[in-house]
Amino acid sequence: MPKLTIQDLEKIREQARRGLVIREGGAFKAKINVHMGTCGIAAGARTIMTALMKEVERRDLHDILLTNSGCAGLCSQEPMVTVELAGRAPVKYVNLTETKIQEIFEKHVLGGTIVKDYALGIGSEKTDY
Amino acid sequence: MAEKETQKTYRMHLMICAGTGCVSNHSYEVKEALEKELRKHGLENEVVVVPTGCNGFCERGPILVVQPGNIFYQQLSVKDVPHLVEEHFLKGRPVAKLMYSPPETKQPVPVLNDIPFFNKQVLIALRNRGLIDPEKIEESIAHDGYKAMVKALSEMKPEKIIAEITLSGLRGRGGAGFPTGLKWQLVRNAMSTNGGQKYIVCNGDEGDPGAFMDRSILEADPHSVIEGMVIGAKAIGATAGFIYVRNEYPLAVERLSIALKQARDYGLLGQDILGTGFDFDIQIKRGAGAFVCGEETALIASIEGRLGEPRPRPPYPAQSGLWGKPTCINNVETWANVPTIINRGAKWYAGIGTKTSKGTKVFSLVGKINNTGLVEVPMGITLREIIYDIGGGIPGGKAFKAVQTGGPSGGCIPKEKIDLPIDYESLSEAGSMMGSGGMVIMDEDTCMVDVARYFLTFTQDESCGKCTPCREGTKAMLEILTKITEGKGTPEDLTLLEDLAPAIKDTALCGLGKTAPNPVLTTLRYFRNEYETHIQNKKCPAHVCRPLNVYTIDPGLCLSQGHGCDVCRRNCSSEAIAGQKNEAHAIFQDKCIKCGVCYDVCAFGAVKVD
Repeated sequence: MPKLTIQDLEKIREQARRGLVIREGGAFKAKINVHMGTCGIAAGARTIMTALMKEVERRDLHDILLTNSGCAGLCSQEPMVTVELAGRAPVKYVNLTETKIQEIFEKHVLGGTIVKDYALGIGSEKTDY
Repeated sequence: MAEKETQKTYRMHLMICAGTGCVSNHSYEVKEALEKELRKHGLENEVVVVPTGCNGFCERGPILVVQPGNIFYQQLSVKDVPHLVEEHFLKGRPVAKLMYSPPETKQPVPVLNDIPFFNKQVLIALRNRGLIDPEKIEESIAHDGYKAMVKALSEMKPEKIIAEITLSGLRGRGGAGFPTGLKWQLVRNAMSTNGGQKYIVCNGDEGDPGAFMDRSILEADPHSVIEGMVIGAKAIGATAGFIYVRNEYPLAVERLSIALKQARDYGLLGQDILGTGFDFDIQIKRGAGAFVCGEETALIASIEGRLGEPRPRPPYPAQSGLWGKPTCINNVETWANVPTIINRGAKWYAGIGTKTSKGTKVFSLVGKINNTGLVEVPMGITLREIIYDIGGGIPGGKAFKAVQTGGPSGGCIPKEKIDLPIDYESLSEAGSMMGSGGMVIMDEDTCMVDVARYFLTFTQDESCGKCTPCREGTKAMLEILTKITEGKGTPEDLTLLEDLAPAIKDTALCGLGKTAPNPVLTTLRYFRNEYETHIQNKKCPAHVCRPLNVYTIDPGLCLSQGHGCDVCRRNCSSEAIAGQKNEAHAIFQDKCIKCGVCYDVCAFGAVKVD
């Protein structure tokens, strides 16, 4: 009796691959950029990032890129994130809370519908990712 | 278990190089500092540090590549860590001062692929370098590890595997370039007495000075070698394999041991692999580091527990190898190529390279070169591209003089041949050889007679002494070369060298002796004038052979620039310098032992050498 069958190996491969997608610069379904300047952090950007990490982990998603960048310049409306679905224009959300970001994740990131109530506008400065 | 950790989600992976080069530059300390600092900022659940095998750009180690984004940081030290963590990993602002700036532009290049050192490389044997943690089999599996093995064991007949390898044009990466498919066919055809036992051997006895390709592959991706060996085993019908690796590669041995254990635990080695009915296992044999044990018959003797000495061939190991059984020996890099060929097909592989040399070759770039490191390039690339585009040229604005390829068995190729395309045949026509892939770059300050003497010292030292041509012949050649570098050479010495060299080549027992005269022959062929200058004018044009140098002091410079600083006189061990402070100094030629210390210590360039 073999320790592992070919099907088992393929399952392991599939599972392991999901965790490593991030290293390959492959296509992501969505990119969420949390603005992490000193102002952002002071206004609670870390809570927003933690909430996003939880969402991603809870749902075992591997095609969502969570990244951070410096202050976007609109310090008074931090915490702020930019959500960019593949092939679509980036959308900036401002004055976020944990509940708001959960709603944005559910509706915009997963559902594709912009949550207009929290959105600042469409468009963003470009980042390198 | 490791598997669980791989599945945990992180938003950022910090790939830190943990190859031998970076480890000796304290990359593990940097890793610890990173982890500590990440914890300090509460980022330990968002950002993970992953140790990888050699990144290749050893000159710039310790190296850290940030994913996603492929941001390349270099020459990191523990003190850079707090700033880096806070700025980039916490606040998302990449730190330009820790990035690589090419000497020409001095502009930081953030992304790895944009750095010239990387963007001409084609990775097959090193396909997983910097991408996986070599101590976690799951990461190898995620990157198609053991996929080719599944295909070979479940879908391919041995003949089909051999046909595929033959069609790919893969040739032995250990140096001689024997067609791999043909070797496998010979072992498959060989009749074995006593139950049909055959063996697979991986030759990891990398001994050329300045060569570290095999070590890096074993450290960065041990599973690629194991997988290649299982495929080879199925093709030739072997059930046992050995990896011969030198004990002076502790990290390679450690990672290989971990990899073998993990493969066994997963049932990828052992009985009835993946339920295909195929049995195969691998043992590590550690060598004591004798150069001659890289020769296949000496290697076999060493695995059997006998003295590591070669024996005449035939019979070749394909007929009678380990314990008299048919044995297939291939080099580490050759094995690492096999899975990719099976996965992507022989036609794809054969599409890379030249007419006679297919695929890629890994080279270690060392010597007088800006970007010391490990590179994998398609066959047929020119020396110029390797040295200037990838290697970044010669440091200090010096002129390129020659490149030594193939280690002590290879030869020196002069600058006139810099546009030579690299493949087995063209290197051999130039009097050198592919060898295992060491490339020692030499600049104008290198004396070619001294280089030949250095390599002869090495082969003479490593000669096992079994056959007379190698034992006595290399010694005689070395004595002549030493004489020439000491200014005692005569014109007849060159004739004698030219007589001895072919005699040794023709009569030595094994490859070590047969190729030992190569460095002398190529330097004689391309740099004969340097030998003649040593012999006739008693001068070393590069001023390397110190007994031939004449040191003098320019009294004007000594006084005007150095104000007779007296440093040379105080450092002279043989009281050969006259003078005192504020006076011009002078050297007594009869007392001077030509040690060169005065030249080295003079800060004003007043000591001249001729």
